[in-house]
Amino acid sequence: MTHSASLPQQGNDTAAGHTTRPVRLSALLALVLLASIGLSLSLGSFPTSFDQVVHALATPQNSDITFIVWELRLPRILLALLVGAALAVAGAILQGIVRNPLASPDVIGITSGAAMAAVTFLALFGTGLSIHWLPAAALLGALLSAVLVFSLAWKRGITPSRMVLVGIGLSAAMGAVTTLLIVISDDAAAMVAYVWLTGSLYAAQWQDVFGMLPWLLVAVPLCLTLARHMDAMALGDSVAQGLGVNVLQSRLVLMACSVALAGAAVAFAGGLSFVGLIAPHIAARLVGRGFARLVPVTALVGALIVLYADLLGRVAFLPKDLPAGIFVSGVGAPFFVYLLHRNRHSPYQTARQN
Amino acid sequence: MPSIPAKPSRLTGEALCAGYESRRVLDGVDLTVAEGKLTVLLGANGSGKSTLLKTLARTLIPSAGQVCLDGKDIHRRNTREVAQRLGILPQGPVAPEGLTVRQLVGMGRFPHQRLWRQDAEQDARAIREAMAYADVTEFAERSVDALSGGQRQRCWIAMVLAQETDLILLDEPTTFLDLKVQVDLLELLSRLAHEHGRTLLLVLHDLNLAAAYADQLVMMREGQIVTRGAPQEVFTAPNLKHVFDLDAHVLEDPETGSPICVPHKKKRPHRRAHPTTQQRCVS
Repeated sequence: MTHSASLPQQGNDTAAGHTTRPVRLSALLALVLLASIGLSLSLGSFPTSFDQVVHALATPQNSDITFIVWELRLPRILLALLVGAALAVAGAILQGIVRNPLASPDVIGITSGAAMAAVTFLALFGTGLSIHWLPAAALLGALLSAVLVFSLAWKRGITPSRMVLVGIGLSAAMGAVTTLLIVISDDAAAMVAYVWLTGSLYAAQWQDVFGMLPWLLVAVPLCLTLARHMDAMALGDSVAQGLGVNVLQSRLVLMACSVALAGAAVAFAGGLSFVGLIAPHIAARLVGRGFARLVPVTALVGALIVLYADLLGRVAFLPKDLPAGIFVSGVGAPFFVYLLHRNRHSPYQTARQN
Repeated sequence: MPSIPAKPSRLTGEALCAGYESRRVLDGVDLTVAEGKLTVLLGANGSGKSTLLKTLARTLIPSAGQVCLDGKDIHRRNTREVAQRLGILPQGPVAPEGLTVRQLVGMGRFPHQRLWRQDAEQDARAIREAMAYADVTEFAERSVDALSGGQRQRCWIAMVLAQETDLILLDEPTTFLDLKVQVDLLELLSRLAHEHGRTLLLVLHDLNLAAAYADQLVMMREGQIVTRGAPQEVFTAPNLKHVFDLDAHVLEDPETGSPICVPHKKKRPHRRAHPTTQQRCVS
């Protein structure tokens, strides 16, 4: 770490040097996020100035601008942040547990389970039945597929590699069913299903925001209480157990957090799970090792990616409103590649030799 | 011939049977780990020495018999409580990419930390002492995966030392290391037992190093303990033949008196092996 290099080699000082960087970085990212919210609120198909937006936010009146800012843009932006943060943290948990940098909510069947449930829902009830039940169906699908992967992978405990194999197999099967359902359903339902699969925040409402929020408020603090357990498990199961970690119990609780976060995010915004793959990597390259400091930065990075992906989708091809999922890869991948390139000699900041 | 430990043993295994899937590796093993001594488990590949160590370390659950730590079944104890008394280093541990030595050693403090209660000063002191003892302080801020094999192993031992347990179990801590590095590590471990009163149990492959550094040797064959005792008592040619199916002379180190084994070299016709080169073949 660059900070600690200049400090005297004393335990306490170095420990302090280790902690200030993530805190400063989180503060910086939070500021960037606030500015981005401001920017995103002022842009859209209806021309608004920043002053008008601030005015509408501060003193809501019975005007078009107030309606656009409060009922259309703000809930959509907030949902984008929550979904991005949830997927990012879910990915960070999974990559930590599976000890594989390629893990994401896809690999244990969460996304495909949600997709299959959502498409089944659309195929059965068409677009006629209240579309508000779609998130509930998708969430149920995510949770059920996670339980299925768990029970199929269970063999006197859970081995991460076994879980990934079962997850990939199950995902493929559910993907086939999803495709089949889209092909045989009518055009309107197929279109809705397709947009949902790409991942979209179109027509997000306050009730979606309040549906998403509790999942984060429960799962993120819970996984943070197990941060040291996660760091210990990164050394391998036997070492972790030797250090006094109840490996099976910690792994189950952390998995449950990940499933809840990813399931809820996918339910409300569809297939954006690429965020869950790249956000933890970007965060790790910014702050280095340690789950406790990784989580806040990961959440902020994920929130920013989805926020900008959705902003691009809203304004880049006006008057078309494109699904954010298209741009998640577009925004995230180049930055990811840039970070890989810049740190090609030291995979993490802490790996830099002084 | 079992020797009676000076102090009552804190870690014992009684009638242990254990194995993997359908294969039974341990077959009714009784073992008391001698307090404040360095005990080495010896045996051919597949004799069950690693399995015995893992069972004693609670990594494997025995199918019969029980492991007792301070008189209580180790599998019924809180795993964190066990970790405050018993440290383990499994075979060939791998540090995640980018983890610094200080971070790794710091993980040894896990069993002493709670979410709401952490003694930062005590932790910092334990980490500092462990790094100094294992002689890795100079690498503290470097990442573990960038170090040499011997340095890396010292970092892992420092992690176990930071755990500050009286009992330490190590599974093949010297395998794949240069002879000099192995000797340094064993010097370090035997100092832990003799100067700091820690109880150590090791699995080793090198017979002569085991005979030189162990206070107690436990020889295993086909899932059972064949014999145990001080090297001078049990490190004999007949025992080596029985345990390893090895034909060897056993000599005495003129300086320390510890036994050394020299395998019989098959004599080739027309060429007499020089006795000194014969000895050099033994590592």
